Amino acid sequence: MAPPDPRRPFKRPAFSDQQKRRDISLQRQAQNRRDAQHQARCLALTTMTLQNDSASASEPEYELREPDFEIEPEAAVKARDFDVREAASLRGREARRWFAKQLMLPEWMIDVPDRLSSDWYACARPAGKRCFVVSSNGVTVSRLRNGGLLHRFPSALPNGSRTNNSNRSGQSYCILDCIFHEADQTYYVIDMVCWAGMSMYECTTEFRFFWLNSKLAESGACTDPSPQHKYAFRTLVVYNSDQEGLKAAYAGPVSYLKDGLLFYNKHAHYESGNTPLVLVWKDENCSQYVLDTDSKGQIPDQQQVVLELLDDGRLATLDDPPVIFGCLNSDFIQKMGSQTGDLLRFSINEGALYFKDGQLERADLNYLGKPNRARAFADSYSKVMFQYAARHSPLRIEHLLASIESSNHQEITTDADMLG
Amino acid sequence: MALEITQYLLAAQSPDAKIRNEAETTLGQFREQNLPGFLLSLSVELSSDGKPTESRRLAGIVLKNSLDAKEAATKGNLVQQWVAIDISFKSQIKNSLLKTLGSSVREASHTAAQVVAKIASIEVPKKEWPEVVGLLLSNMTQPDTPVLLKQATLEALGYICEEISDEDLVQEEVNAVLTAVIQGMNVSEQNSDVRLAATRALYNALDFARTNFGNEMERNYIMKVICDAALANEIEIRKAAFECLVSIASTYYEILEPYMQKIFELTSNAVKADEEAVALQALEFWSSICDEELDIQDNELPESGNSNPPHSQFIQKALSTLVPMLLETLLKQDEDQDQEDGIWNLAMAGGTCLGLVAKVVGDLVVPLVMPFVEANISMSDWRSREAATFAFGSILDGPSIEKLSPLVNAGLDFMLNAMKDQNSHVKDTTAWTLSRIFELMHLPASGLSVVTPANFQKILVVLLEGLKDAPHVAEKVCGAIYFLALGYEDAGPTSSLMTPFLTDIFSTLIATAERTDSSDSKLRSSAYEALNQVVRCSNLPETSQIIYRLLPAIMSKLEQTINLQIVSSDDREKQGDLQASLCGVLQVIIQKLSSADDTKPVILQAADQIMVLFLNVFACRSSTVHEEAMLAIGALAYATGPDFEKYMQEFNKVLEMGLQNFEEYQVCAISVGVVGDICRALDGKILPYCDGIMAHLLKDLSSSELDRSVKPPIFSCFGDIALAIGEHFEKYVTYAVPMMQGASELCARIDTNDEDMVDYGNQLRRSIFEAYSGILQGFKNGKAELMLPHAPHLLQFIELVAKDQQRDESVTKAAVAVLGDLADALGSNLKVMIKDSAFCTELLGECLVSGDDQLKETAMWTQGMIGRAFSVCG
Repeated sequence: MAPPDPRRPFKRPAFSDQQKRRDISLQRQAQNRRDAQHQARCLALTTMTLQNDSASASEPEYELREPDFEIEPEAAVKARDFDVREAASLRGREARRWFAKQLMLPEWMIDVPDRLSSDWYACARPAGKRCFVVSSNGVTVSRLRNGGLLHRFPSALPNGSRTNNSNRSGQSYCILDCIFHEADQTYYVIDMVCWAGMSMYECTTEFRFFWLNSKLAESGACTDPSPQHKYAFRTLVVYNSDQEGLKAAYAGPVSYLKDGLLFYNKHAHYESGNTPLVLVWKDENCSQYVLDTDSKGQIPDQQQVVLELLDDGRLATLDDPPVIFGCLNSDFIQKMGSQTGDLLRFSINEGALYFKDGQLERADLNYLGKPNRARAFADSYSKVMFQYAARHSPLRIEHLLASIESSNHQEITTDADMLG
Repeated sequence: MALEITQYLLAAQSPDAKIRNEAETTLGQFREQNLPGFLLSLSVELSSDGKPTESRRLAGIVLKNSLDAKEAATKGNLVQQWVAIDISFKSQIKNSLLKTLGSSVREASHTAAQVVAKIASIEVPKKEWPEVVGLLLSNMTQPDTPVLLKQATLEALGYICEEISDEDLVQEEVNAVLTAVIQGMNVSEQNSDVRLAATRALYNALDFARTNFGNEMERNYIMKVICDAALANEIEIRKAAFECLVSIASTYYEILEPYMQKIFELTSNAVKADEEAVALQALEFWSSICDEELDIQDNELPESGNSNPPHSQFIQKALSTLVPMLLETLLKQDEDQDQEDGIWNLAMAGGTCLGLVAKVVGDLVVPLVMPFVEANISMSDWRSREAATFAFGSILDGPSIEKLSPLVNAGLDFMLNAMKDQNSHVKDTTAWTLSRIFELMHLPASGLSVVTPANFQKILVVLLEGLKDAPHVAEKVCGAIYFLALGYEDAGPTSSLMTPFLTDIFSTLIATAERTDSSDSKLRSSAYEALNQVVRCSNLPETSQIIYRLLPAIMSKLEQTINLQIVSSDDREKQGDLQASLCGVLQVIIQKLSSADDTKPVILQAADQIMVLFLNVFACRSSTVHEEAMLAIGALAYATGPDFEKYMQEFNKVLEMGLQNFEEYQVCAISVGVVGDICRALDGKILPYCDGIMAHLLKDLSSSELDRSVKPPIFSCFGDIALAIGEHFEKYVTYAVPMMQGASELCARIDTNDEDMVDYGNQLRRSIFEAYSGILQGFKNGKAELMLPHAPHLLQFIELVAKDQQRDESVTKAAVAVLGDLADALGSNLKVMIKDSAFCTELLGECLVSGDDQLKETAMWTQGMIGRAFSVCG
C-alpha cells in the first residue's frame, strides 16, 4: 500500500556465501545421485547370461587340442547361466576354452551387401594378433583367438590395475575385442564386449562404438604407457561406409600397418562365432596378407584350406551349419590316425571348386597333413571363397565403390518414382 | 450484538504480562465462540469516536488481521470464515466501517479505509458488495462532504483499486473511480490534504487504470495531472507525484516516449534543487528506467517474436545530460554514511543509478565519466576524492573489458595507494572499487586479469593491511579478497600465486573475524566468507599442510562457542551466527580435503571429533546453525562413506527434527538432501533408520504448510533410499507410489503461463522420474514385479512429458533414463505395454541427435535396454 522504499543494495557485492555453500552441496548431491543411478544401470547387466553353451553341445567343437587334454565335467564350464564376471575370473585351460568361443568372427566379403552405404561402418583393420583383453580384479589379461595367453599387465581400464581404485571393484571388469599391433606395442580396440561390468552383447554396433569411444578415452586407457598402464589402447576411426568413408578407410593414413578393411553392420549385436554382419575385405593396396601363407610364410602355388573331420568322414567348414567340402573314407582316416573333430589341411587343385546354383557342389582336395598346433578352428566357407576369388577374380575396391554409387542412384530413382 | 470490549483491548496492551495474557485469552475465547459478534464488536469499537485511540487502534489491527494474512493458506481460511458469516452481521460491520471513514480521528478513518478495501477485495469479485464503489464515489461528488471524509474515501478507493482487478468492475465504474481520483489531484483542488490523498490513491490505482492508460487522450490527461502535482507547493504531494512516475516507469514503459522531455525537466530540477525526499524519487525514476531497459536487453533474443516491449533507448538518448546530473549528486555525501546502516542519500542513489546506466549503455558511459574522475581524484577535499572513486567503481560493470582494461591497469596502483588515504570514506569506497575490479576484471581462467605475478604481492600486502582498518573498510576489503580468490576458481595452476601468502591470509582473516570493535556481525561473517573462498580456490597439493592446520583451529573456535554463557536471546542469536559461520568454514574444509585421495585421510581421522562438535552445536538449538551444521554433515557423510554408520544412532534424532522443520523450509530442504548423502554413504546400512525417515518425508509431502520448493527434493530422496535399500523399499511402495502418481497428475495441470510454475513443474517431473528410477533399479534383482501394476501409469506420464514442448533438458534426461530403467527392470514384460508407443522412438530419436553427450549416452543405453527387453523371448 505504501510505495516501496527506493533503497537499493549499496556498495555490497551481490553474493551470499551461504547460498553458494547450499548450491555446491546440491550440485554434489545431484552428481552423486547421477553416479549412483548410473552405476545401478551398468551393474544391471553383469548377471546377464552369455550364449548358452549347453545348446551347442551337439555342435562340433573347435577347442584347441593339446596332448594333455582331458574331458572336463561338462557342467563345470557349461553351466546354464554362465556369468561374464565368473568368466573373467577363469584361469588356465577353462579360460582358454571359454574365450576361444567368445570372439565374434567376421566372414569374408565375397559379395557386396545391400545398403552398404547406409547400414554399414567401414574401418581400416590393423595388422596384428586378434585377442580378447579382460580387465578384472586389478589385472589385465589378453588372450588370443585360440584362448592362449598373450599378456598379463596393469592397465588404466576399469579395475585393470591395483592402483586405479574403482569403488566397487568386485563388480567392475571389462572385455575388449582387440588387435595387438606389434610395431607400436598398442592394443587397437575393434569392439567392446563388456565395460565396467556392463555387458554389451545385446547392444547394437552403433551403441557399442559410441560407448567405446566415449568410455575408453574417459578411462585414461588411451594415454601413453606408464608403470601402471603398460600398453596404450587406441580406437579405430570408424567411417560410414559411403563413398567418402570407404575411400578414407581404404586410402587414409593410419598410425598402424593396415590389414584390410572391416565392415560392421550398424544394427548387429555382438555375437560369438562367425557372423555375416561383420565382414573383412582385403586387396594388395591395403594388406600385405591378401593370399594365405603356409607354415613357412610362403604363398603356396595352390590354395590351402583347413577343414574339420566330422564323425562320418565328411570335411566341414567352421560355419553353422557347416559347408561340406568332401568326404574321407574310413580306411584313409584310420591310416592317418585321425579322429572326429581333428583339423586337416588340404590344397585345392587348380580350378577345382565346382558350383551348382551358386552352391558348392564338389571340391578337388589333396590332403597335406595336420595344421599348426595353435590352430583352433577350421576355415570358414567365406574365407575359402574369398581366397579362391582372390586367386581368380577378386572383388575390387572399384566394385565396392560402384555398388555404393549404384545404390545411391537407385534411391534417387525410387524417390523420383514416388514423386511421380 | 456488539459487546463492550474496550477494557480487554486496552488490557491487551498492558506492560504487565499477566494482565496482557489474560486479556488476550479472553479476546481469543470470544473470537473462538462467536466470530461474527467479535468482528462486529471490533468494528463498533473502531467507529466510536468516544473510545480511547489505543483500543480503537488495536481493534482496527485485529479486524484487518481477521480478513487478510501474508501466508496464502491462512488467508484462504480467513476469507472462508468471512464468507460464512451471516449477512446481517456483515452489513452491520460494513456500515460501521463506512461510517468510520468520516471520523475526525485520522488514524481510525485510515484503518477503516484499509479494512473496507480488504472486505471489498473478498466481496467485489463475487459481486457480493456491488454498491461499495457507488457509495464511496457519492462521498466525492456531494458538494458538502467534509475534507476528512474525502481523504479517507480516496484512500479507500486507492486501496480497493490495488486489491481488485479492473475486470471486477464494469468499465463505467472504473472510469468513475479514476475521474474521482484525478479530480482530487487536480490543481483546482483547494485542499492540499485531499490532493495528497488523491495522488497517493492514484499510485495504488495505476495497475487498475490499464484501460485508461491505453487511451491516448485519457493518458495525456493523467500524465499532465501527475506532472502538475510534481510541481505542487507541498513537498508531500511532489514526492507522491514522483512516486507515481517511478511506478509508471516500470508499469507503462512503452507509452512514456511523448512525456520524456517533460519528465526529464522535472526530475533534473528536482535532483538539483528540491528537498532530498523528492530528489531521491526523481533519481529512482531513472533507476527504474534502467531496470526496464536492462530487462528488455536481457530478454532480447535474436529471433524472438514481438512479445517484448520495444526498447526506447531513453537512457542512451538522455545520456549526455543524465550522466553530469548523476555525477553532481556524488558530491553530496553524508558525513557518516559508511558507519551507519539505514542511510540512503542523494550520493548513494546517484551512484547506484550511475552503475545501472553503465550496465545499460556500456562503453558510451566511459568518456562521460572519466574526465570527472581525473579532475577530482586528487583533490584536497575528501568529498571530491570519494566521489571520483565512487564514479570509477560504478562504471566497471557494463563497458567492455577492452575499453576498461587500460584504465584499470593504469589506475590500479593509484587505488592501492588510496587505501592509505587519511579519510575513511575514501578508503571504504576504494576498497569497494578494488573488490569490483577483482570481481569484473580478474579472470585468470580466461587469461585476462589485472592481477599479475608482478603485482600480486603488493595487492595482498595492501589488502591484509586494509583488514586492520575501520570495521566498515575492513568489511569491503573482505569482499576484495573474496573476489580475488574467486578468480582462481577453475583457473588451474594460476592459483599457486596465493600459496606463499596463504598462512598470512588465513591468520589475518581469522583475526579480523575476531575483532570486537565492530557494532554488528557483518565484518565477522564477511571475513569467514572470504576465508571460505580462499580455501576453495587454493591449490590443494601445495597448500594441504596449511589447510590441515586450519582444521583444528576452526574446530576449537567452534568448541568455544558451545560453552559461551547465554543470558539473553541476543546472546543466543550471536552464538548462532558465530556457529553458522564456523560450520560454514568446516564444511568448506571438509569438502576441500575430501576431494583428493591424498588429503582425505585427514578428514577421516578427525571425523569423530567433528561429528561430536556438530552434535553439540545441534544441542544449542539455534535454527541458523542447524542449517549450516546440517550442510556440513552432508559433506562429512560423503567423505566418510560407510563409516558414517557409527554416528547414525545419535544423528538420526537431529535429522528427524530437521525433516520436521516446516517453518524454516531451508532447514528441511537441506535435511532431505543430507538423507540422500547418507543413503549413498551407508547403502543398505541405512535400513534401520528408514521407517522414521520415510514417515517424515511422507508427512512433509502431504503438508500444505511446507514450502513447495522442498517437495521435489523429497521425491528424489525416495529414489536415493530405494537405491540404497533395494528390495526392502517394498513396504513403502503403497505409500510412496500414489504420492508420485498424484504429483505427476499435478504436473499436467500446471499453468504454463506462469514462469515460476513452469520451472517448478520441471523440477517436480525430474524428481518424480528420479524416484521411479531409484525404485526400479533397487527392485530389479528380485522385486521388479512389484512395479508391474504401476508401469502403465509411469509410461503414460513419460508420454505426456515427451509430448510437452516446454520440457526442460534435465527433465528429458530423467525421462529417458527412467524409460531405460523400466525396460531394464521389467524386461520382456514391457513388450505388451509399449508395443505401439511411437513416443518412445520419437523421444529416443530426439535425444540421439542431441549435442549433449550425457543425454546421448543415456538415450543409447535406454535404446539398448528396450532392445534387450524386446529381443528376449517370453
